[in-house]
Amino acid sequence: MDLAVEGLSHRYGDLDVLRDIDLTIHEGEIVCVIGPSGCGKSTLLRLLGGLEQPSDGRVMQVGGQPVGSLNSLTYVFQDFALLPWRTVEGNVSLALEHHGLGADEIEARVADVLARTRLSDFRQAVPKQLSGGMKQRVAIARALAVNPAVLLMDEPLSALDSQTSELLMYDLIDLWQRERFTSCYITHNLAEAVRLGHKVVVLSRRPGVIREIVEIDMELAERVVSDLRLGQIQKDLWQMVREEAQTADMELADS
Amino acid sequence: MADTTSQAREPRAQLRPVRFRGGGFRTAPRRFVGLFVFAVLILLWEAGSRTGLISALVLPAPSQALDAFMDLALSGNLQKHVSASLQRLVFGFSLGFTAGLVVGAAIGLNSYTRAGLSPLVAAIFPIPKIALLPLFIIWFGIGEGSKVATIFFGCFFPTVIATYGGIDNVDRALIRMGQSFNMPRWDIIRKIILPAALPAILSGMRISASIAIILLVAAEMIGAEFGIGAYVLLAGNLMATDQLIAGVAMLSILGLIVNWLIGTAEKRLLNWRD
Ligand SMILES: Nc1ncnc2c1ncn2[C@@H]1O[C@H](COP(=O)(O)OP(=O)(O)OP(=O)(O)O)[C@@H](O)[C@H]1O
Ligand SMILES: [Mg+2]
Repeated sequence: MDLAVEGLSHRYGDLDVLRDIDLTIHEGEIVCVIGPSGCGKSTLLRLLGGLEQPSDGRVMQVGGQPVGSLNSLTYVFQDFALLPWRTVEGNVSLALEHHGLGADEIEARVADVLARTRLSDFRQAVPKQLSGGMKQRVAIARALAVNPAVLLMDEPLSALDSQTSELLMYDLIDLWQRERFTSCYITHNLAEAVRLGHKVVVLSRRPGVIREIVEIDMELAERVVSDLRLGQIQKDLWQMVREEAQTADMELADS
Repeated sequence: MADTTSQAREPRAQLRPVRFRGGGFRTAPRRFVGLFVFAVLILLWEAGSRTGLISALVLPAPSQALDAFMDLALSGNLQKHVSASLQRLVFGFSLGFTAGLVVGAAIGLNSYTRAGLSPLVAAIFPIPKIALLPLFIIWFGIGEGSKVATIFFGCFFPTVIATYGGIDNVDRALIRMGQSFNMPRWDIIRKIILPAALPAILSGMRISASIAIILLVAAEMIGAEFGIGAYVLLAGNLMATDQLIAGVAMLSILGLIVNWLIGTAEKRLLNWRD
C-alpha cells in the first residue's frame, strides 16, 4: 500500500505549521523526514496517521492492505508509550485484544513478533525493568504485531543513548531486509536519515514546506558509515538544514 | 598548570582519602523505632500516674483505660459498639467512594458532565458535612440513614475530585497511543485511563477514609445507641475519662487499620511505578 499526501497544510490557530506538502510514500520504502526543530515534522506524522485533522489537503491510502493487517497505519513513538503496568507481552497484546481474535491467535501473534524482535526471553518483564533500547524494541514489536501497512515513526531512536540507538538502527535495517516494511521516519539525525532512507525529505523552517527530496538509490545493507557518497549526501543535507535552522533561530530571537 | 603537574608527580606526598560527604538527607526505614517510642511514652505516662505526678482527674493511667476496655469487652457491649460503627463506616464509605468514582470519571471523560457538574462539586466540596447533619436527620431520619449519608457525602466529594484530577493528569501520549491502534473508547478508558489514574484515586481514597472516620464519630455523637462515637460521648458526659481514653484508642486503631489496608493496596496495585 502506498500513502499519498496531497496539498497538505496545517495551522494551529494563527500558527502556520505546514504548507502545501505533496509526497508519496511507496510500498516497501522508507521515507525519512528531516528539518529544523519546530518545523512541523511531528505534526506531519500525526496528520499521516489520522491523529490530527489537516486544515487543508488530504492523505490517501493507495492500494490494498497487507493480508492480516489489523491497523494499517501504525505508530512508533519517541517516548515508547508503553503501559508501565503491563508486561512486555501485555503491552504487545494490547494492540490485538480489541479485534475479536481468539486467545490462540493473539498468543501466536505475540509469540511470533517477540521472536522476530528477539524479545522472547523478556515476555514477563515490566517496562521499569527494561533499558530504553529494550523499551523501544517492545514498542516496535507492538507495532509489528498488528501487521501494519505503513510504520509511522517519530524520532524512535532519539530518546536513546548513541550506542543503543546505533544497535537499534542495525535492528531496523535488518528488519527491513527481511520484511520490506513501508515507513515514514522522522528524525533530526542526518546519519540516521542517510542510513535508513530511500528518500530523504528536507522540510524548511516553519511554516514547513518541502525544500528538497533527496533519493538515495543504494541498498540499505550496503550503506556503511564510511561510504564516501553517503558522506557527501549527508554533507549536502546538513548544508540545507543548517541554513534553515540558523534562520529559524534568528526568527525566534527576534520575536 | 606547570605547578599542578609537578605536585601530582611528587611521590606519595600527603596521602589523604576523599571524605564521604554525600549522606545524611535520605531516610531509611527503621523498624521497631516507632513502636519503641510508643512504648516508652505509655510507660512514662503510667509511671507518672502511679507516682501521682499526673492526677487521675486530669488523665487516667493507661492501665485504667485498659481496665475500662476490658470491662467493655466482658460486658459484651464492645462488639455491639464496634460492629455498629464498622457497618456505618463500610456502607457510607463504599457507597460514597463508588459514587464518587463514577461521577469523577464522568467529569474527567465528558465535556458536558464536566461543564455541568464540576462547578457544583467545587461549591459543595468545602462545606463541612457535619454542618449538614441536621438536614440529613430531617431527610433520612435519626437512625442509620443520616449517619450513612453524612459519611457518604464526606467521601463522595474528595473521591470525585481525586478521580477527575487523576484522569486529567493521565499522560496524553498513552491515550494517543491507544487511539493510534484504533482501540475503542471504552477500551481506552478501561485499559489506559483508569489504571493510569489509579495512583491519584488511591491517594484520594486515603483522604476520604480519614474523613469517613471523623464524620462517623461526629454522626454517632448525635443520637446513636451504639457506636464508638456514642461510647465516647457517654463516657465524656459521665466524666469517665478512662472509658473516654479507651474509646479514643479504639478510634486510633481503626484509623491505623484503614491506613494499613490502603497502604497494602497501593503497594500491590501500584508496584509498576518506579
Ligand atoms: N497541539 C498543538 N497546538 C498548538 N501548537 C502546536 C501543537 N502541536 C505543535 N504545535 C506547534 O507547531 C509547531 C510544529 O510542531 P511539531 O511538534 O510538529 O514540530 P517538530 O518539527 O516535530 O519539532 P521537533 O523537532 O522539536 O520535534 C511548533 O511550533 C509547535 O509549538
Ligand atoms: Mg517532533
